[in-house]
Amino acid sequence: MSIDKIDNLNEMHIDVLRELGNIGSGNAATSISAMLSKPVNISVPIINIVDYNQATEMLGGPENTLVGLLLMLEGDVRGIMMFLLEKDFAHLILNSLLGQNLKSFEEVDDMGLSALKEIGNIMAASYVNAISSMTGMVIDISVPEISIDMVGAMLTVPLVHFSSVSDKLIFIQDKFCGGIDSAEDAQSHILLLPEVDSLNNMMEKLGLSI
Amino acid sequence: MNEKLVTVGIADCNVVKGTGKLVTYALGSCVGICLYDANSRVAGLAHIMLPDSKALSQNTQTKKFADTCIVELVKMMEQIGAKKLFMKAKIAGGAQMFAVKSDSQIANIGARNVEAVKKTLASLSIPIIAEDTGLNYGRTQYFDVETGQMTIKSGLYGTKVF
Repeated sequence: MSIDKIDNLNEMHIDVLRELGNIGSGNAATSISAMLSKPVNISVPIINIVDYNQATEMLGGPENTLVGLLLMLEGDVRGIMMFLLEKDFAHLILNSLLGQNLKSFEEVDDMGLSALKEIGNIMAASYVNAISSMTGMVIDISVPEISIDMVGAMLTVPLVHFSSVSDKLIFIQDKFCGGIDSAEDAQSHILLLPEVDSLNNMMEKLGLSI
Repeated sequence: MNEKLVTVGIADCNVVKGTGKLVTYALGSCVGICLYDANSRVAGLAHIMLPDSKALSQNTQTKKFADTCIVELVKMMEQIGAKKLFMKAKIAGGAQMFAVKSDSQIANIGARNVEAVKKTLASLSIPIIAEDTGLNYGRTQYFDVETGQMTIKSGLYGTKVF
């Protein structure tokens, strides 16, 4: 059963996506944990097929300011990957890597931006590698672009990209929590937004089509 | 402050008459268009996402596109007493949120939206009297019917009044 519209995903497809998200984020968490020398916890990914308004609500409302990293996926799987880091999580990264104390986003300098981009790059690469080795598909990722802004404004990027296909987004959302003590709740989110044909390819490679 | 505040979502438009404020949150590459007829004190706000309704074969949503949504907003305003002849426009948004080079569809969309909005307004002979477009940051747009002022709020650049 091939998927022609994003709205037509069934339970089994969603399970597969959840598992891919799990494997990807597990790998990404290991990498980031090694880089930061700190434990990083991940939650079971949430798969949602949502419209723009629901997506922004899930991420704290349209005006919530986050660090956004945007990567394009090319090759056998095409689509968009977005990392959204809460301020606390950005602080955790900058503090561990550069010894900076981030009180507000205005203080992030070029060095900080570059460090955040690099983390995005490493997380994306390990996430995508996991999916790649599981499915045997070749996936290339672009250099990340960074923006620190309202989440509503950043989410219009995938929305516009997919606007010719659907008003809805498949949202594979992974949450990462870092922090030395578990009371520290520094969160980040990974959104994987595949193209519909790439989604079909993935399902096929995993023997789930027809 | 129990002023009437009307929220306009993405790919949507709305109108108010007399008193109150219109708001649309977090414009990225989208463009927010405030139309205002000071004589009848009717204001409208549209939040468009894409430039051209003709670019997509199957579209049912007229409010997503600059060309169709603005025309619809003008009609909505006329229904509650505004005259197109007196309408003026203030526009904001059309930013490029990420410096993406590989995907031209994403890269240019903000600028293309602004261009389409200007073209549509010109074809309706509605002058643009204020503009805060382009660059690379998200904006929240308010429009006050009583004063005719457009207020732009952004995360890193504070608040500006037009």
